[in-house]
Amino acid sequence: MDLLWLWIVLGILVLLLIFVIANYNGLVRLRNEVKNAWAQIDVQLKRRYDLIPNLVETVRGYMKHERETLEAVTKARTVAQKMSEAGAGARGKAEGELSSALMRLLAVAEAYPDLKANQNFLALQEELTSTENKISFSRQYYNDSVLRFNNKTQVFPTNIIAGMFGFKSGEYFEVTVSTERQAPKVSFS
Amino acid sequence: MWEQIRSNQMRSVVLAITMGLVLLGIGYALGFYFFDSGIGGIAVALAVWLIMNLVTFFQGDNILLALHKARKIGPDDHPRLYNVVEEMRIASGLGKMPAVYIIDDPSPNAFAIGRNPDKAAVAVTSGLLARLNRDELQGVVAHEMAHIKNRDVLLMTVCSIMLGTIVILSWYASRMMLFGGMGGSRRSSGGGGGGGQVIILIVALLLVILAPIFAQLIYFAVSRKREYLADATGAVYTRYPEGLASALEKISSSTEPLKSANKATAPMYIMNPFRKKGKPAANLTSTHPPVSERVRILRSMGGATFTDYDKSYSNTHRGGGSIIPSSALAASPAMAAKSAFTKKTTRVKDSSSEIERARETSDTLWKLNNYKTIDCKCGTRLRTPPDFKGNRVKCPHCGNVNQLPT
Repeated sequence: MDLLWLWIVLGILVLLLIFVIANYNGLVRLRNEVKNAWAQIDVQLKRRYDLIPNLVETVRGYMKHERETLEAVTKARTVAQKMSEAGAGARGKAEGELSSALMRLLAVAEAYPDLKANQNFLALQEELTSTENKISFSRQYYNDSVLRFNNKTQVFPTNIIAGMFGFKSGEYFEVTVSTERQAPKVSFS
Repeated sequence: MWEQIRSNQMRSVVLAITMGLVLLGIGYALGFYFFDSGIGGIAVALAVWLIMNLVTFFQGDNILLALHKARKIGPDDHPRLYNVVEEMRIASGLGKMPAVYIIDDPSPNAFAIGRNPDKAAVAVTSGLLARLNRDELQGVVAHEMAHIKNRDVLLMTVCSIMLGTIVILSWYASRMMLFGGMGGSRRSSGGGGGGGQVIILIVALLLVILAPIFAQLIYFAVSRKREYLADATGAVYTRYPEGLASALEKISSSTEPLKSANKATAPMYIMNPFRKKGKPAANLTSTHPPVSERVRILRSMGGATFTDYDKSYSNTHRGGGSIIPSSALAASPAMAAKSAFTKKTTRVKDSSSEIERARETSDTLWKLNNYKTIDCKCGTRLRTPPDFKGNRVKCPHCGNVNQLPT
């Protein structure tokens, strides 16, 4: 009789262990996915830093009257690059500033027909448009991964395992772009 | 969530298994008819199937691409296409960049191949590149990426090989029954089975006639379901259903048939290459749901989640019902709440005209064929063929002699 109880207890313990292992592995997998998604964003943001000096050089000759717009882009890039080691929250703000400055520049460029005929500029415009898209798609994927990870760390009973092994909730990457709400003013003078 | 979709492909798998049973059934019947051994027939059917599988497994993608004369491109050959594919790779979370191909064909269409996501490729016709703007191209590529991510390519390959085997077996069997059938029937009557044998013969004959039709119907059913799911997944990737909707409209308004499509590869395209103009709604014998319905569903989505697509589907579809696997829907509400801030509100306006895009595409194709392009000062674009000797070329417009780039 005692032996039977021993086996039952042992069985329950083994089941419990399997449950913990499975969930722990699930959490690790999701956390790695989040890390990987973050690396993807990082690649695209760095790519944008590299493209900007090129763009500013190409555009400068054509846009004599847009010094402020150009300076804003250069400045925002410097700030964003400095913030690149910061957390998702602080970095998102700096990158948002850079995005708005770039959007303004590309919008202003529409008013310069000479610039729009420049092959070099067209290639850069395509690269920048695509990089902007890649940033928002990698952000979208990152946020989806964080959502999945956070759900798992907060939902019972996996939250117990998450607490036991110190899995912390991930931070969403929000880019607050001011121009996303108000369209840039373009003057065709 | 994407994994959940994959794990929730029960109905498609069941259909594939049914097809496998049809294959075994026809093998058994033929074996009985021709050499009095059902097991032997099954063995022959499986052998044919295995050979077709092996060929496809090792060479299928190459055969398909060669059949379409697809040209592989790099990031510099056609930056817009390459970038859009990379954008969708990122949105879908695919680990490896799929190979990108261009098919020189004025009919707008696209397909994805690769039995697993690591060996995937996306092919797009030049007609599609010229006709669609960036958002629409993104929608189409997202749909293809969804096929790769949902493992549809694998499923459809498995199904199409089985379909092919069934069609081949019954084609040869029907010929043998008609022209050389005497040997078979004489042998079985020699066995002296009587009534039972006759029934088996009739069943075998019926199977030979019906199996290909039945298998084809299953194949079409699987294909249509996967199309809806890929539309939904694509909309989730881009968070912009309108892009795909307007692309589908543009593609369907084209009347040019695709030169190199064949029946077995039809489900791989974004749009059925054999559609006829003015054909009514999809029936049992089409690989793709009707375009008007796909567009209507995409357009009436309230947001860009699986739940939105499913709701829109049951509203638009006669008879209602649900098309998205329930496990994908379960993850959807949370996404909906979150998509408010992930949604891309800044869409860079694509101002390129159709003429510009067509020129860009043809430039790419010339370059891929090793032609050299020089822009003369007078604005004329000159091209020299790959076997052109010498390093100067005179512009026929202004007479200016241009130095060829080396």
